[in-house]
Amino acid sequence: MTLIDVHAHFYQAASGRADWAERNASRLEHGDRVGIDWHVASILGSWGRNSPTYFPSPADVTAGNDALLELMSLHRSRIKGYVCVNPNFTDHALGEIDRCLSRGMIGIKLAASRRADDPLLDPIGREAAARRVPILHHIWQHRRREWPGQEASDAVELAALASRHPAVPFILAHLGGGGDWLHSLHAVRGVPNVFIDLSGSGVDGGMLEGALAAVGPGRLLFGCDLTIDTGWAKLRYLERSISGEAIERVRWRNAASIFPAGAFGAD
Amino acid sequence: MRIDVNAFIGQFPFRRIEGGTARGLRDSMQRVGIDQAWVSHLSSLYWRDPTEGNPELYEIAATDPALRPVPAVHPGLANWSEVLDRAVERQAPAVRVDPTFYGVDPAGAVMSALARGAASRGLPLMLAVRLEDGRQRHPNDGAAELAPWAVRSLIRADPGLRLIVTHADREFIEQVHWGATPAESARLLWDICWIWGPPEDHLEHLVRTVGADRFCFGTGMPVRIPENSVAKLDLLGIPAADRAKIEHENAIRQAAGSR
Repeated sequence: MTLIDVHAHFYQAASGRADWAERNASRLEHGDRVGIDWHVASILGSWGRNSPTYFPSPADVTAGNDALLELMSLHRSRIKGYVCVNPNFTDHALGEIDRCLSRGMIGIKLAASRRADDPLLDPIGREAAARRVPILHHIWQHRRREWPGQEASDAVELAALASRHPAVPFILAHLGGGGDWLHSLHAVRGVPNVFIDLSGSGVDGGMLEGALAAVGPGRLLFGCDLTIDTGWAKLRYLERSISGEAIERVRWRNAASIFPAGAFGAD
Repeated sequence: MRIDVNAFIGQFPFRRIEGGTARGLRDSMQRVGIDQAWVSHLSSLYWRDPTEGNPELYEIAATDPALRPVPAVHPGLANWSEVLDRAVERQAPAVRVDPTFYGVDPAGAVMSALARGAASRGLPLMLAVRLEDGRQRHPNDGAAELAPWAVRSLIRADPGLRLIVTHADREFIEQVHWGATPAESARLLWDICWIWGPPEDHLEHLVRTVGADRFCFGTGMPVRIPENSVAKLDLLGIPAADRAKIEHENAIRQAAGSR
């Protein structure tokens, strides 16, 4: 059965990590062992080397997207891309979206350069609607205060953006990625164009039951982010809880329904 | 054989979690192939006297040999010596102490006294670095996470003391392991539940640098789903002999110690 990881990352030579190639290779190798058919990935600029990870300069955004395009060309049957943008540079962001979607990327990645409910994100939302691609938005589950290094958003703020752009599928990033996921589940329950990716290092008891109760299997997406082991664990757990069409939706059908038609071959 | 050194019965006070009963624990063990669990009492971690959860642990262990009790001891309470004696009598594989949960200085005099008492009885002490990700803790859940310096201090408190530390990540483990002598490190055992797998490959790195002898299987269930620790092992490309060390041999050795 097909498996799509909707929240993957790769590194690049300019990332400032000596082990960047090893990490990329490990993701592909262990993804194969888990059975991941498609890694839908992003590269967040220079990952902090030349500009901050969550506030990447336009030059770093472009370089990161270029690196991802190269990886996509090297692994045509395994890697798909999100074009990463910094919405503080509107013209550059819209230019990158056009450039990278035209070259085969299938979604937009917004991290934490600007709060999700800020009007500055609206041009990107409109472009996503026009191009019929989803937006994966980095989320701090229940942000009770400012956190260093990022202008993080929580699910309430994402829901505000999603409500202004009802035709765009938004992916709430890494439910297990830190913060109070219960708060997020309440926030997005009634917002039908917000999907939840299950990635993140968190493997809390009760989280998957809560996610199923809040939005059902029709709005859950398999994902790993930085830890394939936790993604696989949550999938294994879910496969004991739901079956048939429900688990197919989490594994890949929901993803196939929100990304452009044909993005994953004959889907 | 697979032994989970880091399992709980009881309730978590800060969010609702399914399970918490001995029956629920057994169901989870069966689901993921765990043969034996070393069981702590989750609720009592937050009680003024955490030893009040110990009778329930002894009771379930008496009726189910797959569940071994890890009673709690509070070094600031006058009964700590009797608690250790009782643990030896009931063949507990370890005794847990969570000083930051109890409001006790983790490197203070009472912890040193407990360390000497446990060492003299051949009882390992078990400590958790944390139970939940610090970014999601309830606003009223204010106990500090255990610090690496506290573990370094404790392992030096008595040359016979053995420790099992749960919920530690790579950085924590490295700060203790490389900040200790080989003789001190040889008395430490780390559970794998909080160590990242691929693609960061922290667990693979630690097994290669620190050694398979220093790790054991633990899950943290039901606060965490046990599938995660199994997945880490299944993704870890190590020889079967090393996997056996992590899955059960090291835990058995640590529990046996000098007893």
